[in-house]
Parts: sequence; structure tokens; C-alpha cells
Amino acid sequence: MIQESDLIASDILYEWLLRRGDTALILGHRVSEWCGHAPVLEEDIALANIALDLIGQARLWLGYAGEVEDKGRGENELAFLRDAWDFRNVLLAEQPNGDFGKTLMRQFLIDAWQDALLSALKTSANERIAEIAVKAGKEVTYHLDRSSDLVIRLGDGTQESHRRMQAALDALWPYAGEMFSADAVDEAMAAAGLAPNPQTLRPGWDETVGEVFKQATLTQPQSDFAHKGGLTGRHSEHLGHLLSEMQFLQRAYPGAAW
Amino acid sequence: MKKEWPLWEVFIRGQHGLNHRHVGSLHAPDAEMAIRNARDVYTRRKEGVSIWVVPSAQITASDPGARDALFEPATDKIYRHPSFYDIPDKVGKM
Repeated sequence: MIQESDLIASDILYEWLLRRGDTALILGHRVSEWCGHAPVLEEDIALANIALDLIGQARLWLGYAGEVEDKGRGENELAFLRDAWDFRNVLLAEQPNGDFGKTLMRQFLIDAWQDALLSALKTSANERIAEIAVKAGKEVTYHLDRSSDLVIRLGDGTQESHRRMQAALDALWPYAGEMFSADAVDEAMAAAGLAPNPQTLRPGWDETVGEVFKQATLTQPQSDFAHKGGLTGRHSEHLGHLLSEMQFLQRAYPGAAW
Repeated sequence: MKKEWPLWEVFIRGQHGLNHRHVGSLHAPDAEMAIRNARDVYTRRKEGVSIWVVPSAQITASDPGARDALFEPATDKIYRHPSFYDIPDKVGKM
């Protein structure tokens, strides 16, 4: 029996867990698309490591989501047998890789948010959430350390690398706001002491990314416009294409296993 | 301008109390990134608790052609191994 139901309705907790798991899963899959294609061998291995970390985090969140949902679905069913409108990842995670600069900028924006979110979740009133946050937090701290270092190096690098990093930032900035949007699910989680209200993470995130952009000689866009919808299942056209590849095997050969 | 990043030799200490051991090499633009890359390339399977990196260019190696002159003279001097002594039992395990 799930004792957390004392604290919050299970459908709300389930919805919130999908947001965590799906964001990690979809970003992890995106990063894994670099495997064998990265600009240098060392970077290729590093990206594959990060993708594996993220997919590992997705397994923890989705495994728990399946238990909370209590309809017999586990991490695999949730990952491979749902369609695009059932996914709850932020739109930023599903944006295509583009060039290495765009992949890196997407990673940095999400890492800085995840790092703040996971630190806050370590004190969640839900023990399971707190445990996942401790484990994932260590990985994400390294991801953020690495992505901020590379954003600075390439932003403040050659003319060409600077141009690409600025273009990546300008293109992805409109997707950043969704990470800090709050709806009834977030408010219920916050009220029950299970998770921070995403809005409270914004000032710290602004400070983190602002400092890195300054060192990287990048200009932070001023617009507050934010594409939204991923967290409630309204996705960009890219997610369907991603899923058709990620889910191909289970769709073509249902129940296939190692 | 040289496009290739310089080469670094990587040394990993597997456990506290052991020596760092040479595990391989990798490319990186500077020492800080060499450490990060070494972490990602060489410690994926919990191989280490500490990493050293050294620019490969800083290593002076012995000349493979001088192998005989350097190492051959030691082969017939087995008395340099301390294996010709009877160790008294009370000394215990050496």
C-alpha cells in the first residue's frame, strides 16, 4: 500500500512523477542520439554517460509513477507504450539536438533547473522522492558543472563558437519559462510539502545562468515569452518523431526482451 | 594553428592506499578538461577514487633501441633478488 496517499491524491502524485520521469527520459534519449556522432571521442563518451544517467533517473521516477498509478504498468510500459499526448516532459527536453552548441545549451538550461529542483526535493516529506533526489542530485551536479564549463569555453571561445552559442541561447530561451510554471498539480505538491513550487526556483536559476552567460560573454535574451504545454501533454511536432524511434522495438515486437 | 587537442596521460588510483596507475591517454584542451574527460572515459565502472593527468609531451621515455644496454645487464645477476636467504620462522610472513 502506498502510504503517501495520506499526503496527496495519487493521481496528482502520478502526474507530478511523470513530469520528472518523462523530462529525464526524453532528454536522455535526445542526448543518446549523439552516440557515435560527437565532435571528439572524449565528448562522445561523456554524452553517452550523461544520457545513461538521465535514463537511469527516468527509470526511478517512472517505476515509482507506475506503483502510484497502480494499474500494473511499470517503467517499461510507461516509457515505451504511451503516445505523445500522454508524455509530461518540458518542451525544452524534446527540442532537436541541432549542432553541438544547441545540444549543450539545452543541457545547461535544464541542468541548472534540475540541480535546483533536486536539491529542494532532498527534503521532500515523501521519502521515496527524497531518496531519488539524493541519487540523481549527485549526477546532475556533475552534469551542470560540465555543461556550464563548456558553455563558458565555447561562448568565450572563437568567433564561430560564440556565434553558435548565442544562436542556441536565442533559439532555446523561449522554452526556459515552462520549467518554472506552476499549475494545480504543483500547488498541491507544494502545499503537501512534497515538492517546491517551481516558481520559487526561478531566482536561483536566473542567478546561476546569468553568471555563466556573463563569463561566456553571451547576451541573455530579455523576452519573458514562454512556450508551454509539454507538462500537460501538448507537445511540439518533434516529440512524435522522437517516440517513433525510441519506441520502435516495443511497437514492432510487443513484449520483446533481452 | 594546430587543430588537434594535446594528448594527456591518465593515472587512476583504484583504492585508497594504492598507487596511481597509468590507464591510458586522451585528448583535451587543458588540464581541467583532461580530468573531466578522464572521469568520463576511464572511471565509468567505478575504477577510481583519484585521477592524475600529465601532458604526454612532459614525459621523457627511455629509448626502445637502447633496451639491451639498459636492461640486459640485469638478467644474469639473480643474486640481486633477496631469494638466497633462509628466513627464520620467527620472522613470520615477509
